[in-house]
Amino acid sequence: MPVTAPPEFLAALRERGFDFFTGVPCSLVKGLLAHLDEQDEVPYLPATREDVALGVAGGAAMGGKQPVVIMQNSGLGVSINAIISLHQIYEIPTLLLITWRGYEGVDAPEHIIMGPVMPEVLDLFAVPHQTLEHDADPSAHLAALDWAARTLAETKKPVALLVRKGAL
Amino acid sequence: MTDLVCKTAVEALLEAFGPDCSYLCANGYISREVYNLSDRPEHFYMLGSMGLGGSIALGCALAQPERKIVVLDGDGNVLMGMGALCLIASQKPQNLWHVCLDNGVYASTGNQPTVAPDVSIEGMAAAAGYPYAVDVDCAAALQSTLPGFVAAAGPAFMRVRIAPEDHPREFARVHHTPPEIHARFAAGLRGES
Repeated sequence: MPVTAPPEFLAALRERGFDFFTGVPCSLVKGLLAHLDEQDEVPYLPATREDVALGVAGGAAMGGKQPVVIMQNSGLGVSINAIISLHQIYEIPTLLLITWRGYEGVDAPEHIIMGPVMPEVLDLFAVPHQTLEHDADPSAHLAALDWAARTLAETKKPVALLVRKGAL
Repeated sequence: MTDLVCKTAVEALLEAFGPDCSYLCANGYISREVYNLSDRPEHFYMLGSMGLGGSIALGCALAQPERKIVVLDGDGNVLMGMGALCLIASQKPQNLWHVCLDNGVYASTGNQPTVAPDVSIEGMAAAAGYPYAVDVDCAAALQSTLPGFVAAAGPAFMRVRIAPEDHPREFARVHHTPPEIHARFAAGLRGES
């Protein structure tokens, strides 16, 4: 069982104003993605690449939406230029929900380099981040969402929540 | 060889769509051309994020379905963001018009060739599922095609062949800061201006 079930997590996002979802899937959030697919209160666009998702999210944000971009951390590399040269310089607040494959270097070969350095990559590009842990109390997840919503409003720039396996 | 250049094509397009649209202007010389021709709050000048013009426009179109969104893209940009054509077509935004100003080169970096001359870009858009996709190769064809393009339900795609030019051109870079571009563009997009 995940720490926060998909319906509760989506409800918590919606309570904080998030109303537009796009991204590229990861198995670590397949429950959340299945739930997004089942409901019809908010859109989820299956983007062709992670930077495409960031482009769509940027446009939606300028149109008045509060977007969330879901991706695996393999997509973070693809996304860096969109984060910098669209969301950061134009001051577009977007929540990034990034799954943490390769945590502590334990995973399939394609994940073991990005996994351990992901927090440093985000630090390097000045993206504030917190982690949704797999062994936390659900209230910790809600606190992280509150922090993310507050930081987005204050900085007008992307904020990341890193998703451990089993968190959602 | 086409008798159009970026400036004459952009002039015709801005005239045909008018001021009550939001324009996504691709990075490089397209943004600078539009900016120097007519700097309006409804123009979003991409400074970076190459390849993402169509994606940004799709987000705008879905968030504000009553607003007309026009993308003034380039061939290098469209080729880079080819997957976005598929996403745009799948979402069927009726309020999105996608123009590819195709000079066959990466103009702002020194006119290095793109692969566009070997690719049916409008064919790619049609195959992705744009219900309207057309290739225009001269000023007369642009003038005769524009009314139908403007009247078409989106997503509509127009490839406009323009001649590459000698650079650097004598025109200014966009002087607004990115947050200024964002703020005034968003106000028009949301109908708040």
